Amino acid sequence: MPYIPHTEADVAEMLAVIGVNSIDDLFCEIPANLQLKPGSLDIPSALDEPKLYAHLLDLASKNVDLSKVTCFLGAGIYDRYIPASVGAVISRGEFLTAYTPYQPEASQGYLQAIYEFQTMIAELYGCDIANASMYDGATSMAEAAIMSTSLNKRQKVVVSEAVHPHYRQVLDTYCWSMDIEVVTQPSQHGLTEAFTEPEAACYIVQYPNFFGSIEDLAAVREACDKNGSTMIVVSDPVACALLKPPGHFGADIVVGEGQPMGVPMGLGGPGVGLFACKKELIRYIPGRIVGKTKEVHGDKPGYVMTLRTREQDIRREKATSNICTNEALMALANTVYMIALGKNGMRSVAESSVRNAQYMISELDKIGVGAMTNKVFCEFVVTLPKDAEWVCGAMLDKGILAGLPLGKYYEGPPNTLLICTTELRTKDQIDTYVSALKEVLA
Amino acid sequence: MSNIPADLKYTESHEWVRIEGDVATIGITDHAQSELGDVVYVDLPSVGKTLAIGETFGSVESVKTVSDLYAPVAGEVIEINGELAAASELVNSDPYGQGFMIKIRLSGEVPGTLLDAVGYGAVAH
Amino acid sequence: MRQTTVPEPKLIFEKSRAGRVGCNLPKCDTPSVDLSSILGETREDLHLPEVAELDMLRHFTNLSHINYGIETGFYPLGSCTMKYNPKINEMTARMTGFANLHPLQPVETIPGALEILHGVQSILCQVTGFDYITLQPLAGAHGEMTCLMLVRAYFESRGEGQKRKIVLVPDSAHGTNPASAARCGYDVKSIPTDAEGNTNLAVLEQTLSEIGDQVAALMLTNPSTLGLFEPNIEKICKMIHDAGGQVFCDGANMNAMVGTTRPGDHGFDCMHLNLHKTFSTPHGGGGPGCGAIGLQKHLEPFLPKPVIRTENGTIIADEDRPKSIGRVAGFYGQFLMEVRAYTYLMAYGKENMHRISKYAVLNANYVRARLKEVLPPAHDRPCMHECILTAEKYKKEKGVRALDISKRLIDYGFHPATNYFPLIVPECFMIEPTETEAKETLDEFCDALIAICHEAETDPDLLHNAPSTKIVGRLDETLAVKQLDVRWIPGAENKEYTRLRQAIQ
Repeated sequence: MPYIPHTEADVAEMLAVIGVNSIDDLFCEIPANLQLKPGSLDIPSALDEPKLYAHLLDLASKNVDLSKVTCFLGAGIYDRYIPASVGAVISRGEFLTAYTPYQPEASQGYLQAIYEFQTMIAELYGCDIANASMYDGATSMAEAAIMSTSLNKRQKVVVSEAVHPHYRQVLDTYCWSMDIEVVTQPSQHGLTEAFTEPEAACYIVQYPNFFGSIEDLAAVREACDKNGSTMIVVSDPVACALLKPPGHFGADIVVGEGQPMGVPMGLGGPGVGLFACKKELIRYIPGRIVGKTKEVHGDKPGYVMTLRTREQDIRREKATSNICTNEALMALANTVYMIALGKNGMRSVAESSVRNAQYMISELDKIGVGAMTNKVFCEFVVTLPKDAEWVCGAMLDKGILAGLPLGKYYEGPPNTLLICTTELRTKDQIDTYVSALKEVLA
Repeated sequence: MSNIPADLKYTESHEWVRIEGDVATIGITDHAQSELGDVVYVDLPSVGKTLAIGETFGSVESVKTVSDLYAPVAGEVIEINGELAAASELVNSDPYGQGFMIKIRLSGEVPGTLLDAVGYGAVAH
Repeated sequence: MRQTTVPEPKLIFEKSRAGRVGCNLPKCDTPSVDLSSILGETREDLHLPEVAELDMLRHFTNLSHINYGIETGFYPLGSCTMKYNPKINEMTARMTGFANLHPLQPVETIPGALEILHGVQSILCQVTGFDYITLQPLAGAHGEMTCLMLVRAYFESRGEGQKRKIVLVPDSAHGTNPASAARCGYDVKSIPTDAEGNTNLAVLEQTLSEIGDQVAALMLTNPSTLGLFEPNIEKICKMIHDAGGQVFCDGANMNAMVGTTRPGDHGFDCMHLNLHKTFSTPHGGGGPGCGAIGLQKHLEPFLPKPVIRTENGTIIADEDRPKSIGRVAGFYGQFLMEVRAYTYLMAYGKENMHRISKYAVLNANYVRARLKEVLPPAHDRPCMHECILTAEKYKKEKGVRALDISKRLIDYGFHPATNYFPLIVPECFMIEPTETEAKETLDEFCDALIAICHEAETDPDLLHNAPSTKIVGRLDETLAVKQLDVRWIPGAENKEYTRLRQAIQ
């Protein structure tokens, strides 16, 4: 076996030192009736490396990946450019194959990178602080909601229906298991209606929301103040390079999905959950936090994981969450991305996305396909004269992922479609989309 | 060898209590603070809260441990040690003095199960 | 890990110069627009670094030089299964046919991806002995929580949801176990370990006779966190089942069992796996984790959505699951990690799968035997994939703690072992070598530890002050908590910074 280096001589010497006759002797405590015969599992035979590569390439080529189609599909996972430097950094073995940095003296590189990550996520979201990341956007939102219930000891969370449906489904699952009630706040014309539900632990909105619209966060803040509820905003970090960030509206907790910043779409995983909040909430937040300190016997600065007593390995059943891992490698990808693009690059990517969306809205309008609103970041909802699923199928035949049909998620006629334009879409691609759609609808 | 003042009462969970009239002052023992190491945070109840004997009234944290605090006597919390918010190290440096945690106005008898210094000395070692 | 020549690293923010960009971005070719008329209020300031590409790469390359990975050297962390992460896995996960798939594109367009997911599920069903596997959970603790959600849904479906509110957890368990139980609305009751390191059957029996009808589940790690196989496992599962409860297996230690024995045959109802431990997906510095779970048939109706299964010979992603606990993750789980795990499983295959556990256990017992004079094992029994030793005598005699010994290992070029876990072993020193380490590496490591233990006798301060050769010495974790500094602040030297730091404190 290529990954097991033992020679026969090694094994013989090792058994002699241990003082047993065979490796099997070491398994003497496992009842004999529970032991398998080697090779008795009903699984495929081993493949050597060239065959393995070929087999995986064959499976990969069966998929219609984005090198084969043009993507106008967004809805939480975005086709954005990943600078070559991101892959180069996260492939380095010192990062890729490191464990959690519990031993700070052997992990300064990673710890500093996470400190830089926390800084930039807090900055983008306009918050005081951020943690070292969560699993994904959906679970990060659920954790924020649960955190709010322990902040104000209320057992009801209110979430806008203009929040990503999958996120809300994850929230439902988490809340069910903790006996927390979930109330859905309706929306109208793509915007969340005013929150009034009393005794709510939190109000949750998305910004830009699932339909691409920009919610009125000042109004949400007011409602939260009035009802004593925690303000939670789910936010696309790339949009926050351009929009006034949720933290500047006074959001208590801001969460989101970091995938658009240097992480491959990868069928949606691994992504990376972002989690930022006000400084006074720091003792309540789930997950890891890196802090700066200095040597015990010296003045050199260094970084450590801190406020560890919140976490499961110390506080056990009283921990702020059961989360143990973060998404360190993806957080590192985010870090490299935010630095590679920097202030100007992040703005440029965000602004290009807005321009492409505006152009597409106006071009679609010319063929009689109207958008619900044009006050959007990079996604918008159009109403088609035909069934959206059917239209998407026809568009796919023309090499275009046309968007996400919303009939599966919302009541109403099945002819609405959510379309997304990132900075990677060009005028040509948009023109091609519009003429293809015209043919499909004809 | 840790310091165990003779004039105090103790619990097996390492709290000490000083009874003066109907007021009980409560903290953690020298032995407890030494086992915990540097105390970095103390979570205390609000003034006015009523506690039963054995009820958790807060927690004390070092970098890598957290221990719950249990009320040795019953009553209403009339004072918390506000100094600890900014100077939790007082729990280490002066556990029986400036490092106290709360004061309670007794609502009943002091339980006979509390340990004296000799009894606690046996627990602590 | 190179050390002596590395300068003290600056933060990237200190290297920023206005106007620099580290990436050649596309020019937008659609008409420009009036942003504020569309978006409302836009932001003025954005403090992100402005750095050239080369300077950024140097920044991260230098940071990598002060970070330790498996490819740097031996990583003996107990409970973590730090095995080699084969490079072919990285190549396959980066194939465009996997990396560039959108999770909401029509399932008809991703047959190859579904084949991967179904393939991993099928192989893991065989390896674990469970009827079903789901790959939805995003990490180990997430898998534990999902298992307990299944248990909860199962009891609710039988009308026992209100009655069974207690989860039993041995005192040697990982902290995630009680935390996950609490997350599912359960009260946790601890079960002690006996002198041999097994679950205390007498206490378990007593507990079940008193509150057996309130017990939802027992969460058991097997082999235990003491590195010992639970010889009474079948009996324990039967005791819980007789009391009407479910038994969950914490699969953190699956590496001891791969191809040798199957938890599904032991009597467990469900278990979680850490694909990032047992099946070689990289730890990545603390994530992404990857937490498959296995379960028996009676829990299947409650599986999280979507369920990847075959229907008339075609693999589908089934969303129509009326009894499902719902969604536990945004999309399909950690798909690109599943590609890596699949690649790994196919590299071992039917012929070699058992070698994983055989050599992992051989290596652990070898280390245990070589170190027994200086660091005696906590239990006088063959260990499984990891050995638990105690450094108690150095604490008693010289005031040297297990952590000091571990920190000194850094000076010898090794990553420290796991200390102070499990909590029930005094001055615990936990070593998990994994099957991918060669004998000479283990010898070098054991030689170093033996030398360090001699230093503990002769020069304890050498250990108290370790490490002494790294970029930083031992760091002040108390200061880190008391003067919380968790982000750099623009203009870090000015009073705004001081104000915010004070405010955070």
